[in-house]
This record gives sequence, structure tokens and C-alpha cells, in this order.
Amino acid sequence: MSFSNNRLRTPLKNARGLGSAKDGTHHFVLQRITAVALVFLSLYVIGLIISLIGDDYATVRSAVANPWNATLLVAFVIATFWHAKLGLQVIIEDYVHTPWSATTLHLLNIFICVLAALASVLAIIRIALGA
Amino acid sequence: MVTSILHRATGIVLALGSLLMVCAFVSLAAGPEKWAEFSAFARSPLGFLIMFGWSWSLAYHLINGIRHLVQDAGYGYAIESFVRNSWISVFGSLVLTALIWVVAIMQRGGA
Repeated sequence: MSFSNNRLRTPLKNARGLGSAKDGTHHFVLQRITAVALVFLSLYVIGLIISLIGDDYATVRSAVANPWNATLLVAFVIATFWHAKLGLQVIIEDYVHTPWSATTLHLLNIFICVLAALASVLAIIRIALGA
Repeated sequence: MVTSILHRATGIVLALGSLLMVCAFVSLAAGPEKWAEFSAFARSPLGFLIMFGWSWSLAYHLINGIRHLVQDAGYGYAIESFVRNSWISVFGSLVLTALIWVVAIMQRGGA
């Protein structure tokens, strides 16, 4: 690839390919990876929920405690809130331009998504370990 | 156009609805009384409305999301096919939502 000298860009800058956000395609790629995971996980979770309709507390709890279900539910929760954080971030970036509002919303997005994921994972682990 | 903004709108709905899913896990871990409170809410008219809206949002975001992944791979990008296959998301999501609720109601009837 030839390097044209009429751009104020060094070859190293092009090679790194990080762009103006200094983040490259990281966000894009992670959004797609979590999306592909969620295609399978969300279908599985819909099936699990439907199979538990009308069941009592002990049955639902033991279904969540099942090692495979617990593993896949933790994966579903992490993928969900990761994907949600990335998606909401783009929406805030696109529509909110007032500095303080944007910063506040970005922080709220990160904190709520992380807390929601932590609370769910902790609850599933408590159920899975029978606490 | 419409499918794109709907993808974002359903994404926001799903993010908010996922917070109720957190409530479900936490109340299930907290014990039978908290779980009874949560399932009473889920069975209320408002609970049904939320679950119905959530299930359609999930169906739409899922099908349109797969469509976006296909487009990312470079297929279906010509304007005619782009518009044509956007109907897959609209009608497909309605069919999938109906399917979920038919199976759910059959399951409830059978239980």
C-alpha cells in the first residue's frame, strides 16, 4: 500500500487503525460477538421460561440451580448487560450532545449495567450453590 | 429507516425489561415470600402488558439483529432487497411473538 504524503497522518497511525476514538473496531466487534451469543442464549432462555410457567417456587429454584442452566443463565446475563451497555452507549453518543447530560448518562449507563449484571450473577450463584 | 429506529427503541425497552429480570433472579434467591411478590406482579395485568411488550421487543430485536449481522457480512445491501427483507423483521417478529404466547398458554393449560 502506497503512503500518500498529502495527509497529516503518520504510517504508524494508519497501521494502528485506532481512529479518532482511540478505540479502533473494539466496540463494533464486541457488540457483534455478544449479539451472536445472545441469538442462541435468548432463544434458550425463552424456552426455559416457558417450560417453568405455572411451576412452584421450589421447582423454579431447582431449575435455575441445575448446573447447565446456571452456567447458561450467567452467560446470558453477562452477554445481555454487556450488549445493552454498548448499545445504549451508541444511542447516548448519537442523541445527547450537552456535555454534562452526556457524561451523566454515560456514567449511569455503565453503573446500572454493571450493577444489574453483578446482582443477577450473584443471585444465580447463591441459588446454584444452595445458599 | 423504520426498522433501524425500531431496533434502537426495542433495544431500550429490552434494557429496561432486563432490570425486571434482575428483580426475578434476586427475588428467587431471596426466598419464597419475595418470589410470591414478584410472581404476583408478573401475573397482574400490568405484568402481562410488560411481558407481552418485552417478548415482542425481544422477537423484533432478535430477528432484525440477525438481519444486521447478515448485512455486516455484506449481503442484502441493495436498496430494493434492504427494503424487502425489512418486512422479515416486522412480520417475523409478530409471528415469533404469537408463537411464544401460544406455546406459553398451552403450557399453562397443560400444567
